[in-house]
Parts: sequence; C-alpha cells; structure tokens
Amino acid sequence: MTQPIDLTLAEARDALRDRKLSAVELTQSYIGAIDKARALNCFVTETPDRALDMAKASDARIASGSAGPLEGVPLGIKDLYATEGVHTQACSHILDGFKPRYESTVTSQLWSDGAVMLGKLNMDEFAMGSSNETSYYGPVASPWMPPNWSEDKARAALASDKRGLLVPGGSSGGSAAAVAARLCLGATATDTGGSIRQPAAFTGTVGIKPTYGRCSRWGIVAFASSLDQAGPIARTVRDSAIMLRSMAGHDAKDTTSVDTPVPDYEKAVGASIKGKKIGIPKEYRIDGMPAEIDALWKQGIEWLKAAGAEIVDISLPHTKTALPAYYIVAPAEASSNLARYDGVRYGLRVPGKDIADMYQKTRAEGFGREVRRRIMIGTYVLSAGYYDAYYVRAQKIRTLIKRDFETVYAQGVDAILTPATPSAAFGIGEKGSADPVEMYLNDVFTVTVNMAGLPGLAVPAGLSSDGLPLGLQLIGRPFEEETLFSLAEVIEQAAGRIKLPQVWW
Amino acid sequence: MSVDQATVRRIAHLARIAVTDEEVPHLAEEINAILSFVEELNAIDVTGVEPMTSVIPMKMKMRDDVVTDHAGADVVVANAPVSEDHFFMVPKVVE
Repeated sequence: MTQPIDLTLAEARDALRDRKLSAVELTQSYIGAIDKARALNCFVTETPDRALDMAKASDARIASGSAGPLEGVPLGIKDLYATEGVHTQACSHILDGFKPRYESTVTSQLWSDGAVMLGKLNMDEFAMGSSNETSYYGPVASPWMPPNWSEDKARAALASDKRGLLVPGGSSGGSAAAVAARLCLGATATDTGGSIRQPAAFTGTVGIKPTYGRCSRWGIVAFASSLDQAGPIARTVRDSAIMLRSMAGHDAKDTTSVDTPVPDYEKAVGASIKGKKIGIPKEYRIDGMPAEIDALWKQGIEWLKAAGAEIVDISLPHTKTALPAYYIVAPAEASSNLARYDGVRYGLRVPGKDIADMYQKTRAEGFGREVRRRIMIGTYVLSAGYYDAYYVRAQKIRTLIKRDFETVYAQGVDAILTPATPSAAFGIGEKGSADPVEMYLNDVFTVTVNMAGLPGLAVPAGLSSDGLPLGLQLIGRPFEEETLFSLAEVIEQAAGRIKLPQVWW
Repeated sequence: MSVDQATVRRIAHLARIAVTDEEVPHLAEEINAILSFVEELNAIDVTGVEPMTSVIPMKMKMRDDVVTDHAGADVVVANAPVSEDHFFMVPKVVE
C-alpha cells in the first residue's frame, strides 16, 4: 500500500482536496519520518506542534471550502529564511539564539497558501559551501548510500562522524536531503552560485533557481545580494512548479523584486516543446569531465530532439571566467553584508577589553573557517588600491558573461542544456580540506546563471555507473521559467522518475 | 598578486576578525590559493566594457517617505545580547 509520505506534492495536494487524506494525518506521517531520520541531520529545528496546529487549521479550511493552493502540504524551510519566533541562524554560531520577530516574505506567502511548516533545515553556514560541511550544526548525510556499502556499514558511519557517507551537496544540503529522504513534500532553498541546483542534482531531486527578482529576498539572510535568489527543491518537476508559484511575486519590501504577474507554472508542465530551440554550449565540455556526464548530456539532447525540439550548437565564450569572477563578486558582497554581525544587536557576543576587541573576538569565534576566509577575501578585493584591479574588473567580466547569453537568446535560442554538476556526489570529508578551490569547482556549470541573473533548473536525468543520481541543467531566458518546466518534464518523463532511496537510516 | 603575512593581519583588522599568530601563515596560503585562481581574469580584455550594476534591468521604485514599520522598541531590542531601557549595551567607548 502507498504510504502517505510516498505521495508527491501534487498527489498529496489532490488527495487532501478530495478528503482521501487529512492534513493532520499527512503531517503526522512526516513528523514520524523525521523522528526516525534524525541521524541524517537534515533538520536543525523541528516544529511538530506548530505543524500539527497548522495542519488542523488546513483541515478546517478544506472542510469549509476555502483551501489555498498548498493547503495542508508539509514543507521544510532552509535555516536562511526568517521564521517568526523560530530558530533562524543561517546555521552559523554567530546567530546563536536568534529568533526573528518577523517572517520572510516567501515563507509568509507559503503559509497564506496553506502550507505546513515542519521545521528548519540544515545548510552550509551563511550558504557558503557546496557540501553542507560548513554548517555549525554539522554535516548532513545524503540518504543515498555510498556505492557498494552495506546498510550496516552506513548506519555505523551515521552513528559516528559520518565520514565516507555521501554529501547531499550545498548549500541547500538539508533541503535536498530532506526531500530525497521523504521527510517533507518540498523545501525552500536559496541559490547564489548553485546552492539549489547542485544539491538537487546530487540527491535526485528537482530544483529551480528562478530569474533574479522573481522571488522577494526580504527576510532571507543575505549572502551576496546581487546573486541570491530563493527557489524550491521538490521531488518532481510538477511539484517544483507548484511551489514556485506560491513563492514568487512582487514585494514592496524588496526593491529588486519584479512587479510582473506570476504565471500558473504547473500549466507549463506537460506543454509541448515542439520547435523550441535548445542551445548546446561547447564551453561546458570541460577537460576531465567524466565520460558518463558527457553521455548523460548527449542522452538529454536526444530526448529533447525526440520531443520535437531543435538542437543548435552555441558558444558562450566567457563561461570559463564566471567561476573566478564569482569568487571576487560574491565574497565582496558577503564581506559587506556580514559586517552587521558584531555582537551588538543579535546573536553571539564574546566579551572584550573594549568595543573593537569585542567585535573582533565575536567575529573570530562566531564565524566558521570558510565564512572567515570569504569575508577576508572580500575585504581584500574591496580595499583601497585593489578595488579596480579585482572588484571592478570582475563586474566588467560579469557584463561580458551576461552579453554571451543575450547574444544567443537574440539568435532565437529558447533555452540551454548543460550538465548540472561535473560529477556525482562525493564523500563527507573528501574535498576542499587542503585547497578551498577544489570545493568551488563544483559550481562550474551553475555559477554562470547567477552571474547573468537567469533562471536555471536541475532535473534528475539518470544514474552514474555507481548508481548515484546525475542531473541536467536547463538555463532559460529572463522570466521564462515556464519553458524550463516544460523542457524538464520531457526529461523527467523520458528518464523515468528517479527511485528515491529506501529507508536504511 | 599575492598577500604576505602583514597583509593578512591588515585584512583581518579591516574585517574585524581576530586572528592568532598560528593562523596567519595558513590564512595567507588559503587566500593566495584563491587569488591565484582568480588570476586568469587578468587575461580578459575588458576595454570599453561597463561594470555591471544591475543584473536585471529595473527602475528603482519610489515610495512615499513615511514610517512603514511600527514594530516598536521592544521588538527591535528583543534579540540583543545585552540591552537596557531599549538601548543596545556595549563596552564603554568614550573615556
């Protein structure tokens, strides 16, 4: 028999509406699943009481015929989103004890559409990381078992330091792992350089970073404001379309949010892609790319072609510059945004002999290694004498990166197909300990999209020879997320939906 | 370009992050690894290219200059590590 947690978001929504299932019943199933999965470390705070209260209210609204589009749907929320009265710490020590007195715009839209909050999800500290290993609350273990491991071995690793188990990707690692482990129907996430799409690809889930400005950033802890964007991670293309509709929209409190109507994205799922022109950028065929990633990409091209799309070879000549330019722009903005954590207004305070000493000690103890490193890089590239050589140059290169995309879109290309990541998931403790750049390379295919402000979607397209999920990325024109959902649905249907791992934890 | 240990201390001071003597050489190494990674950008011709200011073209919106947030002082200081009478408390700054 199908368990309630095996239903997709769309199926659960329909079952709730048809009263085949109650919101309380569904929520209780998730609370039970979370309870048994604590060792994966997906949640940093669970809110079961609030969830049940919200579910009861949902059942009442369903009964009275006033159900919202997400009525009774249990979701997980990335710890970067401000949730009133609930743990919101960007998984950093420096925000210890912070409970905002306000709600982020995106989450408040989810609640007013009827969604139920299960708790806050683990992530890389301040969203800086690609493996969820920089979290103050410890790494998240992917529900996907390492190749050739037995359940006993995996459980033993889970009970100790988790080394050797797979990372779920990052920074939205808790979001992706919780969705893949069926601990929630969908999760909010954020993406500054790939933090939605890379973990989605690593866990066999679907993630979309919408166009910059599509979702309000108000109430989301800022990392790099010109790159940050909210989006969902869910089990299917349709589920992610349903969630994005509720998350998107104009907000007077975020001047960069765009005042254009939000389409019913779900209607684009299943729409014909006949005649769509899909660009294949030669610059994404990088040195040392595993043959199976290349094969997956070719397979994706064939699927889209078979569904009536036209495939064209394109060139995005500045692709290679995106990652280094990102590692100037993002830390620069981060060093400015994170200046507010000074031990005065919220969070951790470490006493010092005077106020400057207090600032320095608080920030040294409160920020983890990766965050400290990025603040220092950002401070350096913005400092007198280096600003033009680094920061202004990187912003000029950003103009060139965006121009590459504009050129191919002007030639009639509707969307671009690339691999989502250069490899399948790696092990906890495996990367980046000696050289930080090793970890940064994870974002090589995703970061261009943030630099150009475009929408990007990662969809599972197959398994590696080791049986781990691999994803493809679709990049769209500004505010044409609907095209991405239509194309992704074709890939999801052709690939056959990924079978999520059975419970071993 | 690469940074020496004195520069690392200067950056740490600007960023208001305390660093220990043992940390400095290691930080210099890590920062230099990142700086050498971004070095390739010097090879790109950016003559006549405008630096990006807004990734999606948008007009800055205007609103009436009125108070929109009525949260109140209690709420503003609610998360402060130390506060008194609606003031944030810090170590003495003026002798």
